[in-house]
Amino acid sequence: MDLSFTPEEAAFRQELRSFFTTAIPQSIRTKVLEGQHLTKAEIITAQRILNAHGLAVVNWPVAWGGKDWTPVQVYIYQDEMQLNGVPSPLAFNTSMVGPVIAQFGTEAQKKRYLAEAANLDVWWCQGFSEPGAGSDLASLRTKAERVGDTWVINGQKTWTTLAQHADWIFVLCRTDPTAKKQEGISFILADMKTPGITVRPIQTIDGGHEVNEVFFDNVIVPAENLVGELHKGWDCAKFLLGNERTGIARVGTSKARLKRIRELAKLEFAGGEALINDRKFREKLAACEVELKALEMTQLRIVADEKNHAKGKPNPASSILKLKGSTIQQTTTELMMELVGPYVMPFAASDEGDGRNETGYGPDYAAGTGPTYFNWRKISIYGGSNEIQRNIVAKAILGF
Amino acid sequence: MDFDFSEDQRLLKDSVDRLIADRYTFEHRRTFIKEPTGWSAEMWAQYAELGLLGLPFAEDLGGFGGGQIETAQVMEAFGRGLVLEPYLATVVIGGGLLRHAGSEEQQAELIPQIIAGDLKLALAHIERHSRWNLNDVAVTAKKEGSGYVINGEKSVVIHGDCAGQLLVTARTAGAQRDHGGIGLFLVDATDAGVSRKGYPTQDGLRAAEISFANAHGVALGDPGNALPVVERVIDEAIAAICSEAVGGMAEMLAITVDYMKQRKQFGRAIGEFQVLQHRAVDMFANLEQAKSMAMYATMMAASDNAPERRQALSAAKVQIGKSGKSIGEEAVQLHGGIAMTMEYKVGHYFKRMTMIEQMFGSTDHHLAALADGNGLF
Repeated sequence: MDLSFTPEEAAFRQELRSFFTTAIPQSIRTKVLEGQHLTKAEIITAQRILNAHGLAVVNWPVAWGGKDWTPVQVYIYQDEMQLNGVPSPLAFNTSMVGPVIAQFGTEAQKKRYLAEAANLDVWWCQGFSEPGAGSDLASLRTKAERVGDTWVINGQKTWTTLAQHADWIFVLCRTDPTAKKQEGISFILADMKTPGITVRPIQTIDGGHEVNEVFFDNVIVPAENLVGELHKGWDCAKFLLGNERTGIARVGTSKARLKRIRELAKLEFAGGEALINDRKFREKLAACEVELKALEMTQLRIVADEKNHAKGKPNPASSILKLKGSTIQQTTTELMMELVGPYVMPFAASDEGDGRNETGYGPDYAAGTGPTYFNWRKISIYGGSNEIQRNIVAKAILGF
Repeated sequence: MDFDFSEDQRLLKDSVDRLIADRYTFEHRRTFIKEPTGWSAEMWAQYAELGLLGLPFAEDLGGFGGGQIETAQVMEAFGRGLVLEPYLATVVIGGGLLRHAGSEEQQAELIPQIIAGDLKLALAHIERHSRWNLNDVAVTAKKEGSGYVINGEKSVVIHGDCAGQLLVTARTAGAQRDHGGIGLFLVDATDAGVSRKGYPTQDGLRAAEISFANAHGVALGDPGNALPVVERVIDEAIAAICSEAVGGMAEMLAITVDYMKQRKQFGRAIGEFQVLQHRAVDMFANLEQAKSMAMYATMMAASDNAPERRQALSAAKVQIGKSGKSIGEEAVQLHGGIAMTMEYKVGHYFKRMTMIEQMFGSTDHHLAALADGNGLF
């Protein structure tokens, strides 16, 4: 047992750090570290820089631009990106539809879609959740019917993140209405410009526009847009949700936020002294750091154990990365609100409706604290709510 | 980055795990606790035979040459067995002080006796007013001839009643809370100036109140600056009890989950109720976090960077304290009435966790220490 990184791993980390901090524009990294929303152009810029250096799709098969990295190297890559405020490559492209096509798609599909997805030439969005299918995703009702050489899609998706920017959508559709729940579902691709697709924005409690409803009204797509076997879309969905479990804890993001809170607490005042001199505040900060240090070690244990688990079939213990990681991230947003005190209050909806709160009142770092607190309540809900994660552990680990 | 054990460590773990599973069942423990010392001399001899009493000592003194990882493995198994013997007091703490502060002559004289199972040690450090502050020492040591004369009172000396030699901290200079001026002294427990009142602790182990009236002591290390070595050994002890606690917590979770699958109410196993399943999952999550921090503690206890090491051990102690409390309380609650009884095992783990939370600094104490530092990241 040796919990230190090897000299090679340390050098690898250093190399990534200097690349990230020199190649990715400071203005973008600052926005990420401050929890602000990025514009579409900023997200594309960052991903193209990463992709030009072979760092956008490290989790893909080597033949399609991936890296043959050890789990520890992948961990270091994620950690350094998060620590330095590098926007993660768009998850819908790089950790969802890309790996699914690489695993289940035909050669023609791989050639057509993968390189574009890696470079964010095409922006993908995820058509999974429906008004009646949240945690119980398999109860989805959007249907695709085979008519000649096409699929005709009818139904509604919701919580579709950044659909307003998207060029394409991957949709879970019911293709066999008579089969049991998980068995009649297929994974189908659709161009967002196809007639019959309508996107309606949903404004979230932080004031931002991140998610949408997407309506399908007799949407006709070519039969070749089916990925994987007919009626086996649930396998694609499970594979997709099982990917990237270790990144979900966002330990690096929380580390960066706690460091920043510690710095900012020297600038804020309480009782005539710097807030950092307030024992109660420091103890809350310390308590959060302990939780995070424990989670970092837990993540490393799971990373080290990854070699014993097949791709797409994660160690069930990774469910606790989501459970603990989400609540720690949420705690950092509470600490930030506490830090800025009364200046959490001013609100100004931005013209772009992207949730930025540019009020012009109080310190720069105060404006985003309220919206981030409200927005990040989503973290314990999406990607399988924390209650679903508990169900998974109860069944897979405790044997209930 | 590697969480695997070496071949030797695997063999050690297997043999200790087997010893505890075979020879330290709850029924065995019930008989051991009734012995006059409150623990089993026969098991102590077993530990000697297996080399566990020589685990952290140099091979040229007859030891095994093990480090923090080996100690952690033994302590985790002892945590599962709720072991009563004075291993922590004698081998981890007493042995640690001898290793870090003892002269060659002192080591050569005492360590082989520990390894053979003939000598028990105890650290007499806490005082009525000091609580967990290691620098708060009022007991005095005055130089007299080649030795020292010790006066004052020590509190809650773990396994102080059975020790042959006491390791006593005492002030040779400075004010009561000064960091300098603290010495560490070996005092023969049968010295005429030593009086001991032994008693059982809540968790079934033993401790003693000890007073020193002109007791005779011999310095171990620098009599004017022993605090750094005491801090170091307490950190090693914290790492050890973190592993012990992990063994106990893992056992509590296993017993509780097992019980939930068997216990029927309202016509079905209570483990079928989702509200109870989720609480068991939270126990699991807290156990995993505790395991992680026990490993962190094990690694960091060997660090020579004292401020970094102390922060890390405080962090580990906070996590273990929180996890131990929540897992212990939930284990009792999920069982219901049966866990309230002395004849059921779970309550005894709960009591041990509760005492571990108080040993070497409570959760709040260590959280405060961390809050005064510069952050873990």
